[in-house]
Amino acid sequence: MLSTFQYPKFEYIRPPEIAEGREGHYPVVIVGAGPVGLAAAIDLARQGQRVLLLDNDDTVSIGSRGVCYAKRTLEVLDRLGCAEEMVQKGVSWNVGRTFFREEEVFNFNLCPEPDHHRPGMINLQQYYLEDDLIKRARQLPNLEIRFRNTVIGVTQRDDCATLRVETADGAYTLHADWLIVADGARSPIRTMLGLDIDGKIFMDRFLIADVVMKADFPTERWFWFDPPFHRNQSVLLHRQADNVFRIDFQLGWNVDPEEEKKPENVIPRIKSMLGDDREFELEWVSVYTFQCRRMNRFNHGRVLFVGDSAHQVSPFGARGANSGIQDTDNLVWKLKLVMDGKAPATLLDTYSEERCYAADENIMNSTRSTDFITPKSAVSKTFRNAVLGLAENHAFARALVNSGRLSVPSFLADSSLNTADSEVFAGNMIPGAPLDDAPIQTTEGTQWLLGAVGNRFQLLHYIPDASALDAATARALRSLIDAPIAVEAIVVAERGTAPAGLATLIDAKGRVRERYDLREGTSYLVRPDQHVAARWRTLDVAQVRVAVARATCNA
Amino acid sequence: MALNTQPNLHEPGKRHFRAFSSGDDFYEALIETHRELTDEQSAMVNARLILLLANHIGDLSVLREAMHIAREGV
Ligand SMILES: Cc1cc2nc3c(=O)[nH]c(=O)nc-3n(C[C@H](O)[C@H](O)[C@H](O)COP(=O)(O)OP(=O)(O)OC[C@H]3O[C@@H](n4cnc5c(N)ncnc54)[C@H](O)[C@@H]3O)c2cc1C
Repeated sequence: MLSTFQYPKFEYIRPPEIAEGREGHYPVVIVGAGPVGLAAAIDLARQGQRVLLLDNDDTVSIGSRGVCYAKRTLEVLDRLGCAEEMVQKGVSWNVGRTFFREEEVFNFNLCPEPDHHRPGMINLQQYYLEDDLIKRARQLPNLEIRFRNTVIGVTQRDDCATLRVETADGAYTLHADWLIVADGARSPIRTMLGLDIDGKIFMDRFLIADVVMKADFPTERWFWFDPPFHRNQSVLLHRQADNVFRIDFQLGWNVDPEEEKKPENVIPRIKSMLGDDREFELEWVSVYTFQCRRMNRFNHGRVLFVGDSAHQVSPFGARGANSGIQDTDNLVWKLKLVMDGKAPATLLDTYSEERCYAADENIMNSTRSTDFITPKSAVSKTFRNAVLGLAENHAFARALVNSGRLSVPSFLADSSLNTADSEVFAGNMIPGAPLDDAPIQTTEGTQWLLGAVGNRFQLLHYIPDASALDAATARALRSLIDAPIAVEAIVVAERGTAPAGLATLIDAKGRVRERYDLREGTSYLVRPDQHVAARWRTLDVAQVRVAVARATCNA
Repeated sequence: MALNTQPNLHEPGKRHFRAFSSGDDFYEALIETHRELTDEQSAMVNARLILLLANHIGDLSVLREAMHIAREGV
């Protein structure tokens, strides 16, 4: 088979604990250098936290795994300082075509809402994503990665978790004040701790083929229901970097995966799908089954589960790595506050609550897609085919066609960390909402709102002319920084410059005002993970302090 | 009134942040209505459902248009 990617081999270094014959003690240990463990490690290290990351392997993700990385994930990766490379390398697409039997029934153009930095999603092989994350991790001196270090035992006490780690030079012991578990769907650590994960296996198999196209092929997503070349099943095709195309064939349950995987069986199938004259070469073929399940809670004392170890979804809608990276976005600032003694450990319960809610939404959406694509009964299939039949001519039916919904972030509308609105606002930026992006103008040129917020609590305060901000308000805004949990005030304005000590963001296109329903005096309290914590029509420092306390379980 | 074939599903009192959510909520509820029924029972449920909805819509010109589209191409 062809190879468009050279797998890096990361060096194993003899751990100092073995060299010096002692036990190690770290404030945070993360197990698993997949996309999720890496994102957690980078985020913590950027916050100034010393981190040790362990992985049993010495390269990036092998073969066909994640492809689609959604806008919110890219925004988190921007905050971590590594999305640009991925967007450059990845493929952005807008046109999707849906086929039913012999015919194309409709196509859509995603045509993203204007004035957002990042596209709805990019397609990129998971090994590139991980490679970029590892490069980013290596820029951070307080982040140590140990490859070929396998965790073989975990126990936990009230104040720490203890790990037994095996290497080529023997085993050693590590104590961790906090342990982040990112060891993937099989999660050996979950098993070691005797914890359960509940859900169901879908009685279905998918053949995943990555092929290198020799000639031009459009950058579009094609989805077939019941095509002539693969009767009664579905097929998905989309493009990744390097002219590699991902093809997912639904196989059903009663097939022999080993037989299906053989090139002599795969190649004719792809030929009948692409037409005889398109040349291609196989890069990778594998067969998967999928599960939808999650743990009851994601935090267990000193042990915090993130990513696939905590929850898994079926593939439609591309939510695995996307939701895992969003777990870390939610967890890291909370853990840092707890470690710094600025918030009680109960703040970590809200990590579990908020991300279980998001996991349920992801499981719901991908289960719905799976049920549409693979109807479970005759009547369900009749409805599915009726929707597809009407879709060609009727917009309402097109909206019901579900071949996978775009992975989008959850609105944490019911989170206990929110302060409820006491005034009326239009739009979607309710407490618990992930912030909408918008272009802004700073002294450094045109930038993005989401590039200016994050990593700390911030208060966005709106006034049309920043230069007109009165002295008392300026003082009040500046005073927010003087607290154990500092709040950085930022003035958002159409024009002008805020008084000394306050940053100004110019809403040159008016999009911030529009998307956040801003009026003079409107103030948004923003969490370090770029979610709305509270908002008011006028600034009241005392209320801001109460809302910060609430958002950090200090109330 | 003409038959509305634009996306029109919504749920009073429920806030949806995504365009696909109300349609997907409906579709799930529809399939759920048929859970564990035999094909014959399902056909009966569908017939009753159409009768209930037709009465709710009331306007025969709308219903005639819907019946016409439903039959087309089947
Ligand atoms: C065919 C397919 C398509 C997919 N498409 C998408 C998509 O389009 N978008 C998307 O977001 N997701 C997609 N996913 C899901 C995505 O691949 C996973 O959700 C993602 O890899 C989970 O990341 P993770 O870091 O939690 O776990 P993993 O990536 O599984 O990483 C776990 C790491 O832990 C290490 N480890 C395990 N045990 C130990 C141990 N005992 N000691 C030390 N280290 C250990 C492993 O070596 C590994 O590096 C897809 C998956 C498949 C299979």
